[in-house]
Amino acid sequence: MSYTVRKFDALIVGAGGAGLRAAIQLSEAGFKTAVLTKVFPTRSHTVAAQGGVAASLGNSEEDNWHWHMYDTVKGGDWLSDQDSVEFMCRKANEAVIELEHYGMPFDRIENGRIYQRPFGGHMSNFGEKPVRRSCAAADRTGHAMLHALYQRNIKVNTQFFVEWQALDLLRDAEGEVLGVTAMDMETSEVVAFHAKATIFATGGAGRVYYSSTNAFINTGDGLGMAARAGIPLEDMEFWQFHPTGIAGAGVLITEGVRGEGGILRNADGERFMERYAPNAKDLASRDVVSRSMLTEINEGRGAGPYKDYVYLDLTHLDPQMIMKRLPSVHEIGVQFAGVDCLKEYLPVVPTCHYQMGGIPTNRFGQVVIPQGNNLEVPVPGFYAAGECACASVHGANRLGTNSLLDLLVFGKSAGEMAVEYIRDTVKTHKPLPQDAIDRSLARLDRLNNQKDGSNVHETRLVMQRTLQKHAGVFRFNNLLKEGVGLIHEVAETVAHTEIRDKSKVFNTARLEALELDNLIEVAKATMVSAEARKESRGAHMRDDAEDCPEHPNGRDDANWLKHTLWFRDENRLQYKPVQMKPLTVDSVELKTRSY
Amino acid sequence: MDEERGARIGRLKWHCRRALLELDLIFERFWERHGDDLDTQGEAALTRLLELEDHDLWALMSGKEVTDDPQLMGMIERLREV
Ligand SMILES: Cc1cc2nc3c(=O)[nH]c(=O)nc-3n(C[C@H](O)[C@H](O)[C@H](O)COP(=O)(O)OP(=O)(O)OC[C@H]3O[C@@H](n4cnc5c(N)ncnc54)[C@H](O)[C@@H]3O)c2cc1C
Repeated sequence: MSYTVRKFDALIVGAGGAGLRAAIQLSEAGFKTAVLTKVFPTRSHTVAAQGGVAASLGNSEEDNWHWHMYDTVKGGDWLSDQDSVEFMCRKANEAVIELEHYGMPFDRIENGRIYQRPFGGHMSNFGEKPVRRSCAAADRTGHAMLHALYQRNIKVNTQFFVEWQALDLLRDAEGEVLGVTAMDMETSEVVAFHAKATIFATGGAGRVYYSSTNAFINTGDGLGMAARAGIPLEDMEFWQFHPTGIAGAGVLITEGVRGEGGILRNADGERFMERYAPNAKDLASRDVVSRSMLTEINEGRGAGPYKDYVYLDLTHLDPQMIMKRLPSVHEIGVQFAGVDCLKEYLPVVPTCHYQMGGIPTNRFGQVVIPQGNNLEVPVPGFYAAGECACASVHGANRLGTNSLLDLLVFGKSAGEMAVEYIRDTVKTHKPLPQDAIDRSLARLDRLNNQKDGSNVHETRLVMQRTLQKHAGVFRFNNLLKEGVGLIHEVAETVAHTEIRDKSKVFNTARLEALELDNLIEVAKATMVSAEARKESRGAHMRDDAEDCPEHPNGRDDANWLKHTLWFRDENRLQYKPVQMKPLTVDSVELKTRSY
Repeated sequence: MDEERGARIGRLKWHCRRALLELDLIFERFWERHGDDLDTQGEAALTRLLELEDHDLWALMSGKEVTDDPQLMGMIERLREV
């Protein structure tokens, strides 16, 4: 198979918030910068973010980055690296104001300052009471953000390659990163993009679960490419679940529904939350609600043919109120569950929402891996930011609105570091590694020529169902153990996927098969890392990690206050300590997490 | 399917990959049902819809907004069919 080579100073894979923010830095510095993206930049998944972006501007009431930092570490159940968290929270105001200068139409208060609203987990005075910290542009924050960043990139001459799919990371024998191979969807032409610095900003991998709030595009391509090139994946056992996604479809039903009086029921119609949380009932915190739902399902009281969901009941509520205050919930029910929620129950299930783990980086966006005794050695020429990266600010559980902030802060950092590297360290292009290119082409050849292979759609479904059952929101020892074996069986099937359609123009079957190659790496990393972590922490909740005085909430700091690193090649795990020391202030001391 | 139509349909299908899951699901259902009987007029209507921003498209799909453009109305109806 033939390919051509194109040279750039810098290459960015991904044009969501993180990729676009990074690109500005490089183009402004005058470097020839290419951005590759599967979809038009302003259709990246960042568009889905509505809640806002966190920054302690203090426009409506007192706030400061110390409080924001405390909330982030606590939200992350102390698995966050506190140097990165301090860095992010201190940079937040600047990041938001910069965005405003790029033309982001934030909502405003009378005095012209940015309007801020409260959001779960963001508090004043070290956890005392909710604070207004989220900056939003109506209910289109992510969308407005992408537009502002894209326009800025056009101004500074970033070169976009839209509808290109990056295939593999090109890493040479010394471990340096020199670009990627990528395919033009329009022609199936393969190009080796040769760059002095490469930044991954490919977003999350939420489609690895059967039930996911993520759009189809979130297939973890950056994680798959990194893993195949020998880069470990960090903390992949930590996935945030939202309690109420429509069963099967995944579409998110806002928490506001239970706020308005919606009730969760099991297959027998019982209001089961009364048993688990006698006071708060259906309004208990996200993890308590999710865990209760899962217990009902696991004990056989789930509804539906597979007994794998519960019901959300709105039928007792005033129809006019629903149509007025929750109109999209009614439409979502009709469209995605075939249910009129005024008359019937909605089928819901805890649904995968956000990936806390990813490609390991430091606070500068440099990808860091263990080498000998040094556990964080930067990989020359390689950077990552956004949901595909693990900086690690979100630790074991992300606070809402902190991820848009993460994109801005670490996107910029990664861009700045790449600028420095190109300017001061690698003045010329190092030769491309032919073996890495050949491996990538061989992967394509294998797919194009596979006979009697497995079906992509079916295989993906098996993978998704395996993860949902064996590494879902609430985890059981026996299911985890069994899941590890099962996911490796699925991986065998993925290695033999076959596509019937061999056409060259927008061959979506081929695109999806290539995406599955990436998803399966994420699935293995998740399954293996989750099975190994014998405690509960943040989003990783184990049935057998007992809540006792030595281990409140099942968290075991003596043994598990550490980051997981999963290596694809030997399917091996290694651990590295959590950075408990911030940059300039005292550590946020370990405490039991309660709200 | 001739090659040219195959290419057009492939492109349209890829443009149905959106930032919002709601839209992905609606388009997935549409292709399952109408993949084979989409005529050139349908293609034209779909092409126009796919040029919209995701939130505007969802507003049309969820009935929050309506259009009086006859070409789009028919396609929206088919997309919303449950
Ligand atoms: C429903 C929903 C609501 C949310 N609301 C909020 C919120 O209110 N506040 C908040 O802070 N967070 C929110 N989040 C999380 C947040 O939206 C994401 O974490 C964030 O947008 C990810 O941005 P990103 O730049 O890392 O990636 P994305 O925006 O996902 O962009 C990834 C980019 O990579 C490209 N790409 C991927 N693979 C390849 C490849 N192989 N080749 C070429 N290009 C590729 C894609 O085309 C895309 O341009 C929400 C998430 C969901 C699902």
